[in-house]
Amino acid sequence: MTATTTAPAAAPQTSAAPHRPSARLRAWATRAPLLPALIFMIVVTQLPFVATLVISFFDWNSLYPDARHFAGLANYQEVLTDPALRKSVWTTVLLTVGVVLASLVIGLLLALLLDRRFRGRAVVRTLLIAPFLVVPVAAALLWKHVLYNPEYGLLNGLLHYVGGPQPDWISGTPLLAVQAALVWQWTPFMMLILLAGLQSRDQQQLEAARVDGASDWQIFVHITLPHLRRYLELGALLGSIYIVQNFDAVFTLTSGGLGTANLPYTVYQTFYQAHENGLASAAGVLVVIGSIVIATFALRVVSSLFREEVSRA
Amino acid sequence: MSSTAVRTRGRFRGGAGLGLVAWLAGIVFFLPIAWMALTSFHSETDAATNPPSWGAALTLDGYREFFGAGGGASPWPALINSTVASVTSTLLVLVLALPAAYALSIRPVKKWTDVLFFFLSTKMLPVVAGLLPIYLFAKNAGMLDNIWLLVILYTSMNLPIAVWMMQSFLSEIPVAVVEAAQIDGARLPTVLTRVVAPIALPGIAATALICFIFSWNELLFARVLTGVVAETAPVFLTGFITSQGLFLAKVCAASLVISLPVLAAGFAAQDKLVQGLSLGAVK
Repeated sequence: MTATTTAPAAAPQTSAAPHRPSARLRAWATRAPLLPALIFMIVVTQLPFVATLVISFFDWNSLYPDARHFAGLANYQEVLTDPALRKSVWTTVLLTVGVVLASLVIGLLLALLLDRRFRGRAVVRTLLIAPFLVVPVAAALLWKHVLYNPEYGLLNGLLHYVGGPQPDWISGTPLLAVQAALVWQWTPFMMLILLAGLQSRDQQQLEAARVDGASDWQIFVHITLPHLRRYLELGALLGSIYIVQNFDAVFTLTSGGLGTANLPYTVYQTFYQAHENGLASAAGVLVVIGSIVIATFALRVVSSLFREEVSRA
Repeated sequence: MSSTAVRTRGRFRGGAGLGLVAWLAGIVFFLPIAWMALTSFHSETDAATNPPSWGAALTLDGYREFFGAGGGASPWPALINSTVASVTSTLLVLVLALPAAYALSIRPVKKWTDVLFFFLSTKMLPVVAGLLPIYLFAKNAGMLDNIWLLVILYTSMNLPIAVWMMQSFLSEIPVAVVEAAQIDGARLPTVLTRVVAPIALPGIAATALICFIFSWNELLFARVLTGVVAETAPVFLTGFITSQGLFLAKVCAASLVISLPVLAAGFAAQDKLVQGLSLGAVK
């Protein structure tokens, strides 16, 4: 909140310093606390990516290390033309978009419900957050064995009561099965962000609208939704960034079979089982390019929210 | 929304009706977890019935099986590895993030927002982007199956989150307080530990809990980079991916035990959870 009140107050000190002899020293003293974290991040996250980029231009199977040679864009060509890899690009898109949209809509409905006062609201909030706090592999195991199992899973058990069909969820609708499990885990995330958005609405404005006789629906459309827009964007973008990278659910529920292999799983399989280092790197670079597109928008939203916080202070 | 009609008739009754809907939604979302907990206390035969046996006799057999009573691998080494990796990397994150956040809030460097956004952008780089070089490096350096490699990677995974969260907590501390301490001759480490840390302690605790959760949950790095010795709890869980006959109670016990630290940490940090998850963008 007070980010700027501190920032401008402290900034003149540093900029006023130059006329002193020790100015440069003091500038470095200001920077010093930042450096360990900064250097650590560059070494651990940026260098490996540069290496990935370099490897992506080589034809390199780690089982035949001597046959390694520069291959130019051949790996990218192979990734983009190989039907299996192309399918995994498409699967990644379907998985991400489906999960993000569904959890965003359900999350919004839940946030609207939780924004009102009712008996036991804190308890309901806790119940709703819980799915997000199950270890992702454990959650995937829970869905795979305990809920989806065609013979004695809970879903078919409940269907049994109403005399419904007994589908084999994972074999029948594999991608939907993975998506449903992920929606269950990610809805609380969206709900929390949107609830924070709802609670940051200007209460006086809402009260004024109510006094003027605006209905709940009018308030929702004309005040709440416009205010929520950036929170919806933020939820969608952060959700996309996390879900594009999803490995746990695909690995656990289907082991990438039945057409559910997304890019992270394919990259994992390409180098861990097929030992195709060059190809895996090219696929990895493509994931990064996709993420950069999403991230550019995400950073813009975060920075607009951030600047608003700063200017409000 | 249906609340429009309801509101005109009577705000109170409408609120109660929607409260009921909220309760129902909460129960639906929680049902899988409740069922997991109940099944973990059932015998394997009672766990695998259709229709489900809600009232079957309770037993601790699932837990005994999980902890290796039936001759399976003991989960203890994996649990200890996960604890070491999560706790150590969280401490390392705090040691690196606290001074960095100080230089981005209380005594900001020039262009501090740019630096802040650099940290955020690293979080958006997918894990798979660096996985292969890290694997090759670890293989050549003889660091495969070494828990300390995971400590380093988990630290890098959580550092941006921690820097963002702590930056926003520290910027709430009045500069005057810090300056007063400096005028009294306190050096930076003293200022950080005696003045800044106590005020920011609740925020620091929430940051630590969130970093702990992410480290504890992590699978991809652990799966690729560890084997027998440094296996973490999520990797141990992957042993349950293929069915092993009647093993539902055991799976539920395992999933619940391994999720307990995360559930505990998450509920403890509930109020700051959004802030951590949204990398500090939402308060």
